[in-house]
Amino acid sequence: MSLWRQLTRGLRALFGRAAADADLTDEVRHYLEEAAASHAARGLSPEAALRAARLEVGSLTAVTEEVRASGWEHGIETLAADVKYAARRLHTEFGFTVVVVLTIALGIGAITAIFSAVNPILFEPLPYPEAGRVVTITEMRSDGSRNDGTFGMYRGLAEGTRSFDTLAVFKPWQPTLQGRDQAERFDAQRVSADYFRVLGLSPVLGRDFEPADDRVNAPAVVILSHALWRRRFQANPAILGQSITLDERPYLVVGVMSERFENVLAPAAELWAPLQYDMSQGRAWGHHLRTVGRLGRAIGIDQAAGDVAAVGQRVIVEQRPETYAAEVMFGVASLQDDVTRSVRPALLAVFGASALVLAIVCVNVSNLFLARGVRRRSEFALRAALGAGRTRLIRQMITESFVLALLGGGLGLGLSIVGVRVLVALSPPGLPRLNAIGLDGAVFAFALTVTTAVGLLFGLIPARQAARTDPQRDMALGSQRLAGGNRRIRQALVISEVALALMLLVGSGLLFRSLARLFAMPPGFDARNVLTMQVPAPASRAGADATLNFFASARDVIRSVPGVESAAFTSQLPMSGDRDEYGVHFEAEPARPAQSYGAFRYGVSPGYLETMRISLRRGRFFEEHDRAGAAPVALISESLAQLRFGTGDPIGRRLRIGPTDGAPYTIVGVVDDVRQMSLAVGESAAVYIPASQWPLPDGVMSFVVRARGDAAALTPAVRAAIWSADKNQPIVRVALMEDLVAASAGERRFAVILFEGFALAALVLAAAGIYGVLAGSVAERTREIGVRSALGASRGSILGLVFRQGLGLTAIGALIGLAGAGAASRVIAGLLIGISRYDPLTYTGTVALLAAVSVAACSVPAWRAVRIDPATTLRAE
Amino acid sequence: MEQRSTDVIQGTLDLLILKTVSLQPMHGFGIARRIEQVSRGVFKVNPGSLLTALQRLERGGWLDAEWRQTENARRARIYTLTKAGRKRLEAEAEGWSRRASAVARLLKAEA
Repeated sequence: MSLWRQLTRGLRALFGRAAADADLTDEVRHYLEEAAASHAARGLSPEAALRAARLEVGSLTAVTEEVRASGWEHGIETLAADVKYAARRLHTEFGFTVVVVLTIALGIGAITAIFSAVNPILFEPLPYPEAGRVVTITEMRSDGSRNDGTFGMYRGLAEGTRSFDTLAVFKPWQPTLQGRDQAERFDAQRVSADYFRVLGLSPVLGRDFEPADDRVNAPAVVILSHALWRRRFQANPAILGQSITLDERPYLVVGVMSERFENVLAPAAELWAPLQYDMSQGRAWGHHLRTVGRLGRAIGIDQAAGDVAAVGQRVIVEQRPETYAAEVMFGVASLQDDVTRSVRPALLAVFGASALVLAIVCVNVSNLFLARGVRRRSEFALRAALGAGRTRLIRQMITESFVLALLGGGLGLGLSIVGVRVLVALSPPGLPRLNAIGLDGAVFAFALTVTTAVGLLFGLIPARQAARTDPQRDMALGSQRLAGGNRRIRQALVISEVALALMLLVGSGLLFRSLARLFAMPPGFDARNVLTMQVPAPASRAGADATLNFFASARDVIRSVPGVESAAFTSQLPMSGDRDEYGVHFEAEPARPAQSYGAFRYGVSPGYLETMRISLRRGRFFEEHDRAGAAPVALISESLAQLRFGTGDPIGRRLRIGPTDGAPYTIVGVVDDVRQMSLAVGESAAVYIPASQWPLPDGVMSFVVRARGDAAALTPAVRAAIWSADKNQPIVRVALMEDLVAASAGERRFAVILFEGFALAALVLAAAGIYGVLAGSVAERTREIGVRSALGASRGSILGLVFRQGLGLTAIGALIGLAGAGAASRVIAGLLIGISRYDPLTYTGTVALLAAVSVAACSVPAWRAVRIDPATTLRAE
Repeated sequence: MEQRSTDVIQGTLDLLILKTVSLQPMHGFGIARRIEQVSRGVFKVNPGSLLTALQRLERGGWLDAEWRQTENARRARIYTLTKAGRKRLEAEAEGWSRRASAVARLLKAEA
């Protein structure tokens, strides 16, 4: 009731100011008349009564003002007046306004764009109920590298551990869907029955997988993603209970996931089918499954890790000691940490860099404000002399700053929309939750908070100046002579700007150099002029022989394409994200007992190693006669040979791959190490076998084609060659080997590009800061310089005067910045490769660059100083 | 000039106004004069504070205000006590007498 009155009365006053004022004036005047009348009633003459009444009531204006100022609407009116005044001022100082708004927009835009990526990936919980309880379980080798899990271990953990509500395993799957439309190949997942229960979700339509679906030879069932359901089945609910054909096999559709389901473990997966794992095939102990679990309530990760380690060791001891190395370690990590592991350092470093840019922006704008404060000092003095209260002046200044900050922030938000697009385009391949990156409420709140903080910060600088205004002194002195007071603060600001810029420059220099080092690292093969295409075996060609024949005949056709030097295929391609590892078991021999190692397994056609130009160290390459039925042969990588044989000769020794009861392969050669996962990852124990000698033929192969010239130009011809072997054949991944190598360094490249952008912005801002201070200082000292040259100072000494000041500031800033960069480089240490975070070349190079830029920034004011004409300046006195 | 006249104690002005208006609807000057008279000149009401307080009480819903013709043919803003205003007056009056008598007891107390 009373609140309502407050509001309506206030609004009436606000929007009908004239009527409200008239009412108030009437009331005050009536008061005065009544007072006069009451004095007259006591016998005073009308004039005397009026005088007495005036004395009693005081100034009518003051009374009116007092009443007016008491309502809440008065605050709004003052604000409106302040904003109007600020707008007028900023319009008058258009150049200043534009520079400040753009600078603020740059800072806020950069940090907001980065925040919009960092927030959903690193800070927001994953979009699952109680996402903190979802964890991944990984195995780690003794060298700390991670290894996929096995089905046997999953079973052992599921039975033995007490820390989990549910556990699930999954692996990628790429089925081809046949139907009336064209055959389409999907990214999909084979999952154990509890996969969705681990995530805490269930299909929005139909049912979840049941344990019965996951048994060997159970009827095949499938759950569709919402996108696939809409695209291929027109969102028709009747699809439930119908069969679809995947890889020539009917699958009953039992469910559809929600539109909002975000599958961070396999973002591209569009359908899911149970693993239906066949333990009897002897593959139970192959490392090709990933394990996830949902922790029981109130179970901590450490507790679960202890549980897993104990049970895991027991499983190894009791069930399968020979393929598991005794020193295997288990890692339990929250799903969020696990999926962000590879990008976290880069994202945090980039976020830090954008914060540095914002800091430099703040310093720069503060500097501009200070310089402007000097120019406005006589204005403040005048307003104070006319009766403006100190609070009123401060309020006015803060309003101006907020108007600037809001303009800058608004523009910055606009910039960040563009920035987010760029960011997504630049994003490294491993970046999770790409779809969650964008401007949402959290981002707006963040931008608003930063903007407010910036506005407050800049408001305080001129407000402090306004508060110290001494009208008498300031009006008496011309503004020209007043500038000295702020010089120290402005110099300190320039120094900090230089220091911050140096930190960013060092960071980007270190990253750039380590990227260069990374690309200089030999990957173990020659990536130039190599075209690759991943091709799944046609589903219509059932049987191992037919599959291999298809790949072999496709290879033969590719070889005959003009411009092709050589062609071959492999079951896994380096740097492509493929990861196929097996236990490699060396047979016992007199000198050494039997021993197992984890290694990448490549099932290759003859000519693969030659096409990739992987060097032979010992023995021989594969030849055409190493085929199915012939004696099984293998090549091993240099590092695997080193591990097992040291300096001994591996040729003629025998090993088994995967199940220990398979046929042994005889080692016929040793080849160079190849970087499989990325340039930065040195895991290179590898074993190569002829694809035709692998008992379960690989369904997917990557062709590698070495061109005589431009490999990309061969793409259509090679495609056509593959289609000539089977015209319905989908071709999945077409890429130049060089691009794959570059993409494998994606996280670092992402960080380098952004760091370079930020460092460039910082350098420009720092140069602008140096220039601004020197230009101001030369302008202030015009008279002094004039006098000096009149007294015979040489041009050189005047140049020296300006450069000494500018370079002095740079030197102090650089020293502080070097210390800061040394400390801050810890943040990016994890991204550096092949160089120390104290790399002296980077540090000296950066300082040299900064010095050069600083000299450039000094030269314009210095030139101006030299051109000062003593006669003119002295006459101007 | 009377030496004993004091400004109205902070916070009691509202109470005094409500009480005065409760006797009969009145305009601003009337309220001021009545407070001075009844307090025998102890309280002198500053017109700025009075009109501000009236605006506040009106907005708070404790007083209603209306422009009316007075007997001497002037237009005056006349204030009337509302139901909410009466309630508040009772509550504040009670609180005031409790405090006043407590203060009085303390002052009378012998060491």
